[in-house]
Amino acid sequence: MSEPDGRRHYLNVDYGVRSWLLTTDHKRIAILYLCSITAMFILGGLFAVGIRLELLTPQGDFVQADTYNKLFTMHGVVMVFFFLIPSIPAVLGNFLVPMMIGARDLAFPRINLLSWYLYVLGALFTLFAMITGGVDTGWTFYTPYSTASSATNVMPTAIGIFITGFSSILTGLNFIATIHTMRAPGLTWFRLPLFVWAHYATSLIMVLGTPVIAITVALVGLERGLHIGIFDPALGGDPILFQHLFWFYSHPAVYIMILPGMGVISEVVTCFARRRIYGYGFIAASSLMIALLGFLVWGHHMFVSGQSQYAALVFSFLSFFVAIPSAVKVFNWTATLYRGSIAWDSPMLYALGFMGLFTIGGLTGLFLAALGLDVHVHDTYFVVAHFHYIMVGGTIMAYLGGVHFWWPKITGRMYPEALAKVSGFVIFLGFNLTFFPQFILGYLGMPRRYHSYPDEFQVLNVFSTAGASILGVGYLLPLCYFLWSLRYGAKAPANPWNAAGLEWQTLSPPPTENFETTPVVTTDAYDYGPDGARATPPEAAVA
Amino acid sequence: MHSLSDAQPLAHQFDDTDQQRRAVSFGMWAFLVNEIMFFGGLFATYTVYRVLYAHAFHDGSHHLDITLGTINTAVLIASSLTMALGVWSAEHGKRRPLMAWLLMTLLLGGVFVGIKAVEYHGKWVDHLVPGPGFVWHGEGAQHVQIFYSLYFAMTGFHALHMLVGFGLLTWLIIDARRGRFGPAYYAPVEMVGLYWHFVDIVWIFLFPLLYLIGRH
Amino acid sequence: MSDSAHHGPTLGVYFAVFAALVVLTGITVAVAFADLGALNNVVMLGIAVTKATLVVLFFMHVFYGPRLVWALAAGGFAWLVILIGFTLSDFLTRVAVG
Repeated sequence: MSEPDGRRHYLNVDYGVRSWLLTTDHKRIAILYLCSITAMFILGGLFAVGIRLELLTPQGDFVQADTYNKLFTMHGVVMVFFFLIPSIPAVLGNFLVPMMIGARDLAFPRINLLSWYLYVLGALFTLFAMITGGVDTGWTFYTPYSTASSATNVMPTAIGIFITGFSSILTGLNFIATIHTMRAPGLTWFRLPLFVWAHYATSLIMVLGTPVIAITVALVGLERGLHIGIFDPALGGDPILFQHLFWFYSHPAVYIMILPGMGVISEVVTCFARRRIYGYGFIAASSLMIALLGFLVWGHHMFVSGQSQYAALVFSFLSFFVAIPSAVKVFNWTATLYRGSIAWDSPMLYALGFMGLFTIGGLTGLFLAALGLDVHVHDTYFVVAHFHYIMVGGTIMAYLGGVHFWWPKITGRMYPEALAKVSGFVIFLGFNLTFFPQFILGYLGMPRRYHSYPDEFQVLNVFSTAGASILGVGYLLPLCYFLWSLRYGAKAPANPWNAAGLEWQTLSPPPTENFETTPVVTTDAYDYGPDGARATPPEAAVA
Repeated sequence: MHSLSDAQPLAHQFDDTDQQRRAVSFGMWAFLVNEIMFFGGLFATYTVYRVLYAHAFHDGSHHLDITLGTINTAVLIASSLTMALGVWSAEHGKRRPLMAWLLMTLLLGGVFVGIKAVEYHGKWVDHLVPGPGFVWHGEGAQHVQIFYSLYFAMTGFHALHMLVGFGLLTWLIIDARRGRFGPAYYAPVEMVGLYWHFVDIVWIFLFPLLYLIGRH
Repeated sequence: MSDSAHHGPTLGVYFAVFAALVVLTGITVAVAFADLGALNNVVMLGIAVTKATLVVLFFMHVFYGPRLVWALAAGGFAWLVILIGFTLSDFLTRVAVG
């Protein structure tokens, strides 16, 4: 990546290992995160391969039941805690938030580096747990199985999650302090890119929710290690209390996973429709509403657990309510597309895919919010399909769309656009083939977390596994062509998409201090539209 | 005595010292909000079991030493005062009083933890530490054990936070000795103060909830 | 902004708050020994909240600080109330079966 013109930027300023492992540059830390979460994603994907292979046939013939329990547990733990929660905030958020607000770095660069090391340490504990026998409690760790009965590596996994939780908390603290105090001159709150608003709301959730899961896994560890009764009914404890504490975090956690993705969509949709965002204020407000309301609905995971009916009613009502701000966003993005000048570059394909798949996932959430329906589909594949539509069809598509969109900025290279379009289609096709049959399977009654099933469910399961193999290919392609592009990709200009946003006003890749001089902001965030500064669509990206 | 306190170190990411101050203050407050929720999980657990097992909590609480608990509360409140006076001293450029108040805070904190150690030892001797050695003569033994599990978990995590506080105070004392703090720059003292007061607030709630259940 | 961040209570305020905290502690211990029925819990919690508020406002300078810090502090406690309140709403409304 040597520059013929000798320009120094954040990547080539120092090639030493120490300069990477001891960096405090938010851009390098983002790359560190990119590498580690990609590794964890591959690991989580391998567990998924095991699951889908087993489910090709109705009998439990690929792995033992106990092994299957470990496969879905470890798939969930890795994907939730080590991929989905950090992905967009730790990679794209770390890289872009300071740049989008015209700052040189985050407020606390060394704490940023610490958060990465905590992530890695937590991952190592969890990897150790997996290598030395695995965990079989489900990623939800319900008691008393996790504290009293399970003979698997609950403790190291719990410790790993505890440590990684603090990685999340520190990231959130950093973003909150940075966004409040380090905006460039002229950059008022309502001129901020919606990506920043999304990360602000996400950071609030991280700070308010993550400590509760931390103390909960600590109590699980204490109970398991010292045989004290907090959650174990045999010792006078209440397992429902565990579920309350667990879901108090784990429901808002899903908003940690989706809100940053929504931030990406706002940036991509405006750029590739050449339009100002429709309803800026509504989208910003809806991010905060999602953060708030998301904390009030956790009981909808516990409708059949023995919770009081009256509490369940309240949680059900509020769960319908929390869909509204998400819907507001989808309406506004759609309205932004209307009468826009649509460019079909690959980031836009991912954003459009997000909008459709997230809508399906979100609507099926309403099925689950309805008490009566939930009794029927709870713990079936309907739930599995619902959350995969949101987390994979939503978050991962937004993550990939964002990585494509900002890849030229991050690396200074263009990726091969034709191949990116192909991958986008493969992913979309593979995803739907994998997970749509699961809605039907769930509705027909196939339970989740079972390694065998009645014969009549086989056809749909075969479709699902076939889809998963296609999806796997779809994910491998970007891995290959992104790596390829680092050496052979066309050099990227500062603003290949002619996008608005401060990050595009500096070179690709940016210098270490981001901007030569601190920018002064005088316009709103999305200066597209016929009278805007960015009216002209981008030149076709170099394929 | 030359004073380094006129030069406020400015980290490169900040535009000016005012921005640095505000960011650090925000960061510390956001961290304390996180700590509220961390202890919050324990308080929620406590509340649920207090409601469910009121009688057992009543009995369990009676075996806690109310005298030691009250003394500890007074000690911690006093340490909050000395910490606040330390911050005041830094703000007004009084180096010697600053060090004295910080030392006093550390000492009072040490007294607190010492008394807690005495209490823990007493519980151990009385077989009231949850686990295989727990012995309770009377009804509701399981639920009383839950009370004691919460007692140890809550005061234990609190004491852990105190120990971290000792580390922070020691670091401050060392830096204060070097004359690093003065009216132009005393943010670290203030931030550690915020942390210390928070730990005091946690105890303000722990004390009545654990020690003062129905002593009539 | 920097001015308000530098202002804090006077020494007199610090000592007054300390005295109040000590007195309130004494009251709370005394009340523990009195039988006020259900009021016991209310008074205890009320005193604890009052003490905490004094520490937050004066020892932690929130009284003199920007409103955003008030919001952060209040928000933290509000979230605690949500956690405890909603969780209790389950346990307190369970109807015994059979």
